[in-house]
Amino acid sequence: MMASLSRLRLASPEGVGLLLLAAYAAYGLFWLGSIDERDRLFFYEVTLSGLLAGVMYSLVALGFVLIFKSSGIFNFSQGVMALFAGLFLTGFMNDFGVPAFLAIPLTVAVMVAVAFAVERFVLRHLVNQEPIILFMATIGLAFVLEGVGDILWGSDVKPLDVGLPRGASDFLLDGYGLYVEKLEIAAAAVAAVLVVALSLFSQYTRIGRALRAVADDHQAALSVGISLRTIWVIVWSIAGAVALVAGIMWGSKSGVQFSLALIALKALPVLILGGFTSIPGAILGGLIIGVGEKWAEIYLGEVMNALFGLNASWFTAIENWFAYVLALAFLLVRPQGLFGEKIIERV
Amino acid sequence: MAALAETSDAAETLLLVSNIEVIYNHVVLVLKGVSLSVPRGGITALLGGNGAGKTTTLKAISSLLQSERGEITKGSITYRGEPIAGLNPSELVRKGVIQVMEGRHCFAHLTVEENLLAGAYTRGDGRAAIARDLDLVYDYFPRLKERRRSQAGYTSGGEQQMCAIGRALMSRPQTILLDEPSMGLAPQLVEQIFGIVKRLNEEQGVSFLLAEQNTNVALRYAHYGYILESGRVVMDGPAAQLRENPDVKEFYLGMSEEGRKSFRDVRSYRRRKRWLS
Repeated sequence: MMASLSRLRLASPEGVGLLLLAAYAAYGLFWLGSIDERDRLFFYEVTLSGLLAGVMYSLVALGFVLIFKSSGIFNFSQGVMALFAGLFLTGFMNDFGVPAFLAIPLTVAVMVAVAFAVERFVLRHLVNQEPIILFMATIGLAFVLEGVGDILWGSDVKPLDVGLPRGASDFLLDGYGLYVEKLEIAAAAVAAVLVVALSLFSQYTRIGRALRAVADDHQAALSVGISLRTIWVIVWSIAGAVALVAGIMWGSKSGVQFSLALIALKALPVLILGGFTSIPGAILGGLIIGVGEKWAEIYLGEVMNALFGLNASWFTAIENWFAYVLALAFLLVRPQGLFGEKIIERV
Repeated sequence: MAALAETSDAAETLLLVSNIEVIYNHVVLVLKGVSLSVPRGGITALLGGNGAGKTTTLKAISSLLQSERGEITKGSITYRGEPIAGLNPSELVRKGVIQVMEGRHCFAHLTVEENLLAGAYTRGDGRAAIARDLDLVYDYFPRLKERRRSQAGYTSGGEQQMCAIGRALMSRPQTILLDEPSMGLAPQLVEQIFGIVKRLNEEQGVSFLLAEQNTNVALRYAHYGYILESGRVVMDGPAAQLRENPDVKEFYLGMSEEGRKSFRDVRSYRRRKRWLS
């Protein structure tokens, strides 16, 4: 990223984007100085809740990145995997009374079993097929997982409580007058730990190096004796574990329900922003989307009214589609995403 | 790298391919009964033009065919007497047979050093041994040591070829299947790479099966050669002998009794009549 900054030319689309960003930030700071204390506090609250919501998106995006990097497969079923993991977890806990510290490893085991099954019954037969065929296969997988989850555990909303802290953070509320959910802070902490752990794993371990090798060149990885099957099982298991984390966080927030599968759609703009191949990118993309949509929801109507005299009510519920517009704009400027790997092409 | 056994049994056959037939996608017959043998400690060349079946032969041996929808339908391949046709590439690498693919295939986003370490994936003999072999590879390819921190995708073609060979060496192979090392490289670099292959062969006792279009260079460094055409072995013999063979001279080295001759003037039907009847 730094290296690419030094080579940046202002005339390029990226340069224009950065200039706009700088102008925007300057305006924002100026505006922040001009408003009164109460509004400023409200702005901080909006920003923080945006950041924390962004972390939740990032958790889902992370699973996508892991699988895409190592197999070039865009795993459409990542969102459903979060739901699937959540269903099993609530099933173990609510229906069988298994305590959380046992139910979580049990669910991890289920996700590992799913990884084995996916390799055995899907991926193995589709080696060397077009990416679009593999993508279609993951769509099928999404339906299968959703169906199995429904048959086993039923389709009503299930409460999930694994003992994560709830309610507003007293520290921030008393000290600074900010209202922030403890659960969201916990999600942020978990995401941070997850990212650091995954980065260390892929950078410094033998298996991690093999994962990156497979991501670069399947054939070459095969030729040096890396077994693709083993690698795929490992990757899908890790993605399953990440899906479980996402499932726990979203489930604790709003109950485990089938709309959980749809958060995968919100992860898509996150990936376009952050780059499909970068773990830090998934996190940063999530934060940008999270904050961006909250800001847009609260402030964009007023701004548009002041600037162009547009009816502010046109911009309500912008939260639902803002992310996609942002992603579209991003595709025009920097299609590989903020941290996506540049495609190295030798001629 | 397995030390070369006493010269007395240097003629022991490591790899024996007998009469294999390969079909791609269930319809395309590419190899029509190829047989060859690679002796311990030798450099064996597999020569022929485009589409002759050199790469397919190597991939049949290293089992990389499996992932390309190719299939061995006839014949057998043995390594030190054991059949290896059903094994997967990972098992073969553990047995000491590794392929360096045509077109290098370095891991573009990994650094040169990470590429080399990825080559040691199958080994379980500890970090110290791997570090020792890393130094050994850097001894043979000093250029790689200079570039160890750069992403392999940004290195030159010659460096990538060195990286690919070095990566294979990191698995401590006994036999390297080397596919078209000269592809796209300047003549000087080709000589350099072949020189290193020869040194690895003599000093580390690595046997090579070398697929190459550049007949001239290959026959200077190899001990024995096979010539493939349209999926069949049409001629084989010691490299020195092949170099002097009038047909090889005419068809592959571009020389004939009347001196150098353009390949364009060689009538292909004559060739077919003499060899492929």
